[in-house]
Amino acid sequence: MTNGKGKALLVMGCPEVPVQTSIVLYLSNKLQKAGMHVTIAGTDAALKLMKVSDPEGYYIKDTIDLDQCIADLVEKRYDFDLCFVFMHNDSGMAYGATMSAISSAKVYALVFGKNAEALAETIEYPAEKIVAKAVHNPTPLKNKIDKVIG
Amino acid sequence: MSCIEQMKYKLLLERVSFREAREYIEKNSDEVYYVNPGYKIFKDYYMIGVPPMAMGVKGKEMLFTYVKPCHGTFVMALESEEEINRLREQEAGKVKASLKKGAQKEKEKVEAAPASFQDMWKK
Repeated sequence: MTNGKGKALLVMGCPEVPVQTSIVLYLSNKLQKAGMHVTIAGTDAALKLMKVSDPEGYYIKDTIDLDQCIADLVEKRYDFDLCFVFMHNDSGMAYGATMSAISSAKVYALVFGKNAEALAETIEYPAEKIVAKAVHNPTPLKNKIDKVIG
Repeated sequence: MSCIEQMKYKLLLERVSFREAREYIEKNSDEVYYVNPGYKIFKDYYMIGVPPMAMGVKGKEMLFTYVKPCHGTFVMALESEEEINRLREQEAGKVKASLKKGAQKEKEKVEAAPASFQDMWKK
């Protein structure tokens, strides 16, 4: 973890929806090109999917276990400027609400999957929503991200 | 993996939505307290969820939500006098509601003879 400015956290949800891995790699690259230091948090399985996809670490720099990341944020060992929470189910919503509560970062809720729109409507915590009904094809979500963060 | 998974817990609800889990705790606890995301219980579990997050006390057991990214929300019950006392003490200032039968009975007892500051506060 670095303690400089321009830090972004990407919080992965359950990796069962295919677009998540590709969009995390895409967004990580985009943010790093913009000069941000990117950390990716996820479950063991989600992180393994990332690391196997990027064995040379071109797109992935820092990773952290999701539970450990939450513990560190609560204990104020570090914080981020931007936090992108990937969600396609109710658990993802709960993690997004948690990030919104424990981090001072600007939170983006990336909502995807079959029920993306319905799920996005239930977000009641401070977060900028990026919503696309994307399951196998990452392009709709990629396009929404490009519109929001340029 | 949290230490909770190594403990002797009861699973009261499995793989439900967070809202369903909260409602279950509210309906099935003697006392209900509300905490913020990140509230720490046991050695290393920082609670995940959408506030207000309900935690219940039923007899000697503490009822709480446990969220897993791929499996939804679980309602667990664990016996822990220490955690229940800590919940009562630490959340005393933030308690939004203390519901249900047990709390009502407790109130009646307190009205009869307040024995501590906490008892007086409950009035």
